[in-house]
Amino acid sequence: MSPSHFTAVLLFALFASTVFGITQRETPRKMVRYGIYCFVLFVGSAIVLSWVMFLIAR
Amino acid sequence: MATPPNRVAATPLAPQSQAGFVYLPLIAGWLVPGAGHFLQRKWGRGALLSASIFGMFALGVAMQGKIYASAKDILDILGLVGDLGNGLLYIVSRVLGLGADTVQVTTADYGTRFIVVAGLLNVIAAVDAHNLRTGRKIS
Repeated sequence: MSPSHFTAVLLFALFASTVFGITQRETPRKMVRYGIYCFVLFVGSAIVLSWVMFLIAR
Repeated sequence: MATPPNRVAATPLAPQSQAGFVYLPLIAGWLVPGAGHFLQRKWGRGALLSASIFGMFALGVAMQGKIYASAKDILDILGLVGDLGNGLLYIVSRVLGLGADTVQVTTADYGTRFIVVAGLLNVIAAVDAHNLRTGRKIS
């Protein structure tokens, strides 16, 4: 199995955010919100850092 | 005049935290992902945790990730500790000879991280089950 780098990021963010959401918050509503927050941070930071590295490498 | 002795407020513990072996959810959750929550009838959470950790581990193996068997330097030690967090998944995969011995392709490096992180997430989930059991986490 050879997913692309971005697919791997999405899968990683999905699984890690699910566990973070369930374990770090008390109520289901807060779990969902925190899970989405973590997912956006994971994927967003990966995209931002990728662009930073791309611009540094030029 | 003697002061009256302090009265210790009788704070009744939750019924769940009184009976049984208090570390059972922690140990069960470590050995089998999600089992700590299943023991406390948190079926939905247990299923999601189990699917996430099993899925991450399986993807790591499918990407030909390395499963640490010995530790020669500090990075290997950290990887081994992370892998051990997978509990029975680690033992079964070692017995079955799953995972690559050396990382040869780029995706195998991702796979190695997936396996380590699955173990670390499993430890977090097991500790959460323990906190539910002791009443430190309310629901």
